[in-house]
Amino acid sequence: MNTSSNVMPESPQKSQVIVPAVIPATRRMYWSVRRELWEYRSIYIAPLAAAAVFLLAFLTGLTLSPAHRHEPLDIPYEFAAALIMGTAFIVGIFYSLDALYGERRDRSTLFWKSLPVSDLTTVLSKFTIPLIILPLLSFAIAVVTQFVMLLSSSAVLLGSGLSVGMLWARMSFFHMSLMLLYHILTVHGLWYAPIYGWLLLVSAWAPRAPFIWAFLPPFVIWGVEKIAFNTSHFLAMLQYRLTGPQPSNTAPGGTLMDMLSALTPVQFFSTPGLWIGLATAAIFLAAAARVRRYREPI
Amino acid sequence: MLCIEAHGLRKAFGTTVAVDGINLRVEEGRILGLIGPNGAGKTTALNAILGLTPYQGELKVLGRDPWTEREQLMRDVCFIADIAVLPRWMRVWQALDYLAGVHPRFDRAKAEGFLAKTTIKRASKVRELSKGMVAQLHLALVMAIDARLLVLDEPTLGLDILYRKQFYDSLLNDYFDRSRTIVVTTHQVEEVQDVLTDLMFINRGRIVLNCSMEEFESRYLEVMVNPEQVAAARALKPIHERQVFGRSILLFDRVDRQQLAALGDVRTPSIADLFVAVLGNQSGTTQGAAR
Repeated sequence: MNTSSNVMPESPQKSQVIVPAVIPATRRMYWSVRRELWEYRSIYIAPLAAAAVFLLAFLTGLTLSPAHRHEPLDIPYEFAAALIMGTAFIVGIFYSLDALYGERRDRSTLFWKSLPVSDLTTVLSKFTIPLIILPLLSFAIAVVTQFVMLLSSSAVLLGSGLSVGMLWARMSFFHMSLMLLYHILTVHGLWYAPIYGWLLLVSAWAPRAPFIWAFLPPFVIWGVEKIAFNTSHFLAMLQYRLTGPQPSNTAPGGTLMDMLSALTPVQFFSTPGLWIGLATAAIFLAAAARVRRYREPI
Repeated sequence: MLCIEAHGLRKAFGTTVAVDGINLRVEEGRILGLIGPNGAGKTTALNAILGLTPYQGELKVLGRDPWTEREQLMRDVCFIADIAVLPRWMRVWQALDYLAGVHPRFDRAKAEGFLAKTTIKRASKVRELSKGMVAQLHLALVMAIDARLLVLDEPTLGLDILYRKQFYDSLLNDYFDRSRTIVVTTHQVEEVQDVLTDLMFINRGRIVLNCSMEEFESRYLEVMVNPEQVAAARALKPIHERQVFGRSILLFDRVDRQQLAALGDVRTPSIADLFVAVLGNQSGTTQGAAR
């Protein structure tokens, strides 16, 4: 029934040794994450829909305007990836805002709390969605989309009697995918972690309208800081969080992904902002778990 | 062994005191009915027992503190809350898969067996089921969990009479085995009268009556008094009197059965009638059965 849970590694930090539980924490986690995928099907439907729309447009363009045939550049490939990742990011934001609010609104929290799953496990399983599941999912969809683009471009080139060698030579497909995976896991997962943490905390706490509670306080802080001190440190901090760490050796003006991908793993993991962000995310998540314990259905 | 033990359990929301220092001892293997008017504090007390709300005072459920040890406690405790709380998007097979995945005491085959007796389809979503079917599904899930304490808060609210009857029948026949404990609140007291082993009335956050059903049956007697003997009957200090079809029905607490038999037809009162008597006296002038 659940072979995949058996192959999951045992988490060493869980206190399974002390608590005589029949069901290991990893298995509870696995089923909690599956539960999220059952409830929020937009997690995979939205990126798939974005990919489908893009492919449709790309194929239409390919067949209608022969002028493009001779310049199958990297641009549409990056654009496809950006579109799918952007969709996944937006899904992640709305998911995080609803994850702990929706269960209180429809009172199903009383059902979830009648089961031996802790508040922390629940919060962590919901955090897993934007942190790991959505990035991996959008990566897989983006790679398949790009592959379909590459194949159809080749087919069109072949059909018009041109050599596909140049296209395949220019496109280092494997390298592009690897960079995409690196970008998506580091930036969309780790770097944005405090954003998801904040949204989950608001979702656990908000008496109503979590969207407003999530986005209004930053505005207020920015406004107060601007009026009181005439500074914009908070806004700069938010911008830094959204745009990601900048490598010192690249010129400004490139696309966001260029800059981020240019960061070597050593540079990325030695950025203090990453660790500050992860610590902040941990605080937000601990608070969310605690708030969930106190909150009753709305 | 004690299943639930509370000393001075108290819970206030702002200035409103929902549970006002109750003491409670529920032995294992009992079926306790918690009866009270709306806003009496039943659900709040149950929420405290289930670890859903913080409280003041001492409370131990199966030897654990429910607020700090909810996760561990929920391996041995099940509950059905006052209204349908099964997530509406969930499909029946998903509920089975999920419970089998996270609950160490869930017996999937047992749940499938219970569901086989209903018309519930495995692929149906909860939102597609009727109210009665949702209750059946929830009961099937809960009964397949080998729990030591089952808490039911208005489990049959809004169900038609067939489902209600069926609900308690399957609970008694397929689930209760004298080693488990069941705590149930309901307004349909006539339906649980034959089910309960213990009875508790709660009003304004306090326990106003707490007895076993044997005690209830030996203590309280209701007499349809012959018209000419009403004055004599009243002299025995009934705790409640009501008129039905022009005849007086008097409710007595701890009055000798032989003595009452001389005054008219004697029978055991319904829980509902005792409830009206006890709570009527609470708010009225006299203080009768409350102890």
